[in-house]
Amino acid sequence: MATVVLKAGDDVSTDVIYPGRFMATVLPTETPQFAFADNTEFNAKLKSNQVPPGSIIVAGRNFGCGSSREQAVSTLKGYELVIVAKSFARIFLQNSVNLGLRLVEIPEIEASDADELDIGTDIVENKTTGRRFNVVPLPKTRQAIIAAGGLIPYTRKMVTERLGSTDQARNT
Amino acid sequence: MGMTIVEKILARASGCSALSAGNVVEPAVDLAMSHENAALVINQFLEIFEGTSIEPKVWDSSKVAIVFDHRVPAESSKTATNQKKVREFVAKDRISKFHDIRGDSGGICHQILPESGYVLPGSVVVGTDSHTTSHGALGAFAFGIGATEMASVWALGTVLNVEVPETIKVNVHGSFPSFVGPKDLILHLIGKISAQGANFRVIEFHGETIRTMSTSGRLVLCNMSVEAGATSGIVPADGETIRYLRDEAGVNDPLTLVLPDNNAKYVQEIDMDVSGLEPQVACPHTVDNVKPIDRVVGTNVHQIVIGSCTNGRLDDLQVAARIIRGKKVSKNIRMLVFPASGKIYGQALERGYIADFMKAGAVVMNPGCGPCLGIHEGALADGEVALSTTNRNFKGRMGNPKSEVYLCSPAVAAASAITGVITDPRKGEN
Repeated sequence: MATVVLKAGDDVSTDVIYPGRFMATVLPTETPQFAFADNTEFNAKLKSNQVPPGSIIVAGRNFGCGSSREQAVSTLKGYELVIVAKSFARIFLQNSVNLGLRLVEIPEIEASDADELDIGTDIVENKTTGRRFNVVPLPKTRQAIIAAGGLIPYTRKMVTERLGSTDQARNT
Repeated sequence: MGMTIVEKILARASGCSALSAGNVVEPAVDLAMSHENAALVINQFLEIFEGTSIEPKVWDSSKVAIVFDHRVPAESSKTATNQKKVREFVAKDRISKFHDIRGDSGGICHQILPESGYVLPGSVVVGTDSHTTSHGALGAFAFGIGATEMASVWALGTVLNVEVPETIKVNVHGSFPSFVGPKDLILHLIGKISAQGANFRVIEFHGETIRTMSTSGRLVLCNMSVEAGATSGIVPADGETIRYLRDEAGVNDPLTLVLPDNNAKYVQEIDMDVSGLEPQVACPHTVDNVKPIDRVVGTNVHQIVIGSCTNGRLDDLQVAARIIRGKKVSKNIRMLVFPASGKIYGQALERGYIADFMKAGAVVMNPGCGPCLGIHEGALADGEVALSTTNRNFKGRMGNPKSEVYLCSPAVAAASAITGVITDPRKGEN
């Protein structure tokens, strides 16, 4: 069970999640301080450690639209937030899978600030309202990356399999 | 079953004879582009190799392009340090397609790639920038990815686990009226199908309006396809593509044009006629909040921006210069002009456009992304309004969440610079 800490609407852009003026900061260890920077109240709440890992952002359609900036994912991953949305923009979804930010797609989701959600694999139950919602599963190709612990370990395995024996040749 | 362009490109790049939407492939990459965020790509790339005995090396240094454009010249020591780190990597890994901060060969990545002849029809292009969709204008399958995904591409030379996207076919007919062009067409389309209307899909552009459009105009359409959520926009390569690559981009290699089959399967078809199209304006704070200009005429503006990967090309500057020539920028506003590349800047100088802008009171800045993403220059004050030929108007986009950005064509921007309010370029003394 986890609590909704932010309720957002449709088309939450990466400029809102991680404003462009902080793009010179790139490292995942440094980006969390600028999460939703222009929402000063929520940003302050995140930085004050009042938001436990697993807390939920609930949003409408097309969450994460806009830029390919990976900071928009690493900034949320830094707090281990879970994003429940009606739909996600393509690059944001892909970046989230690659970095291990948990996304839950529910076209019918209805939840408000401070609601308690029980997030299962197939079903999410809003404990506050008693309503249950079906989760749209991620494609298997994405699940394989999540199962590997993200794209870096997934690619590391490929690199080792494909290049390990030929490394000598590559270096000559 | 016939194939769309992207199905054909992915089949070739994945070594398959046939593909259809939903298949999962691992296409070989022909060009992998990054800008300043190469600093993060390098970080993730090195991490991939951690704990292995393999030396980190990009799979093919001739297929990696790095173009500094987002914050040029560096706005902070942090950016300068990132740029330095990237330069060192470029030297070590012998990345040949590197465009540093230079007046001759620098500029915005989405202009540098086409004008340098790096993008060929039928190729697979990935970039750590969402507007990588631009390069579909040359008949390539080009899409944006994140930095970690690019690190994986650098290591393997392929994109892992790509689902072949469905394609929307857009048929465009008719001739543009005066002062109406590709920007108005794409804004109108985005307004019609919404900011997520093409999410996970490709938009293929067809029809006589597209066939008679310059590569510069096609770049506008494909550039902004991502604002409808599209994985990519694509225009079937044709005689104009060959002309552009041979005459403007200096490509001598043989070209293979990849065209869709007549019986290709499209998920949706949209017909548009531009002969009655009015200038379009995207209003705050979403790109799909599009209105015909008469609904916003008279809106007060504080800053005009002409430039960006969407509308910073020579024909854009020409349209704007013709309108502004001999006039004055309103005393109440700033007008900023950002040519998309050093090459375009030079051409605009030779043709007198730069003088036209400066005499009118505009400030001509160095090529780059400029104020578009709110990190570098041209930030807005609280309550201020920008009218811009860029591609995004999200809250806070130009550096201040208490400001507003309207998006428009170069013609609308230039006409409005004279009056200080949003102005229809078809009316008045223009």
